[in-house]
Amino acid sequence: MPSRLRQSPGARIGLSIAVATGLYGISFGALSVASGLSVLQTSALSLLLFSGGSQFAFIGVIAGGGNPIAATGAAALLGIRNAVYGMQLNALLEPRGWRRFASAQFTIDESFATSTGQTDPVEQKRGFWFAGVGIFVLWNIFTLLGALAGSAVGDPKNWGLDGAAVAAFLALLWPRLKSREAGAIAIVCALATVLAIPFVPPGIPILVAAVVAAAIGWFGYRREEETE
Amino acid sequence: MTLWFWIIVAGIVAFFTKLFGYLVPRAWLKNPRVLRIASTLTIGLLAALTAANTFANGQHLVLDARIGSLVAAVIALLLRAPFLVVVIVGALAAAGLRLLGFP
Repeated sequence: MPSRLRQSPGARIGLSIAVATGLYGISFGALSVASGLSVLQTSALSLLLFSGGSQFAFIGVIAGGGNPIAATGAAALLGIRNAVYGMQLNALLEPRGWRRFASAQFTIDESFATSTGQTDPVEQKRGFWFAGVGIFVLWNIFTLLGALAGSAVGDPKNWGLDGAAVAAFLALLWPRLKSREAGAIAIVCALATVLAIPFVPPGIPILVAAVVAAAIGWFGYRREEETE
Repeated sequence: MTLWFWIIVAGIVAFFTKLFGYLVPRAWLKNPRVLRIASTLTIGLLAALTAANTFANGQHLVLDARIGSLVAAVIALLLRAPFLVVVIVGALAAAGLRLLGFP
């Protein structure tokens, strides 16, 4: 029998992740305004794009002087993993009708991680919806607050907000570095990015690393297959 | 105006990318090569974002206070700090180094 909502682990983890991630919307809002977007454009990104990594990539390219097409390309490439989450959540939660479309919008790193961390099917559903909807609501509220405050607090660099972005991406990467191979892929892709930075427009180094990572995935898989 | 246009395009692309996952046949899931590329791609993209956000200033490679954020974040993660703490530590490191006069 599923536990009651008050004792539900899926709901609890979902809500605490929602608060932690939602608060971080402040730094997205402030950074986005500092990158040259208006408050409305910043909120539109959080409402429509709704995927932290893609949103930071978008404003990161704009801040670096890149054009909006490159920004959209970087955001789209970073969003590809959400399709993979969607495939797995579709098999796990089996949403029907309109829920399929709603599930799609709330499919992000955190809702996927919360849901797949549960074993009971009811808890998997609760984890997904509490994390997904909770983050959506809080992320948008705090994005707006950050965007409004951002123009008032001056240069976000003085508050270390560019350093916050570095730490956030590393923190998202960290749990995936459990194997030696994962660490090697991360180092190779980081090196490819750094080597590409002086030679191509901002945003493109990320795409260079994506090609390197996909190649490692493709050829690494073939090698495994042959040795088996 | 162009920026608005691309913000909306990015939003539409993001939604349909997510929806695509819910529409592909489940047999796809069983293809280990698809799963493997998805996993290496995610690691590679997050590593690239970390590197670019640390070292890039436009098309220039720079060493500034963000290095401090990277080191501080590594220490916080080694100490198993929660996500939000890691982010705050990263911000404090950069802000602190800039107070001390680092670029």
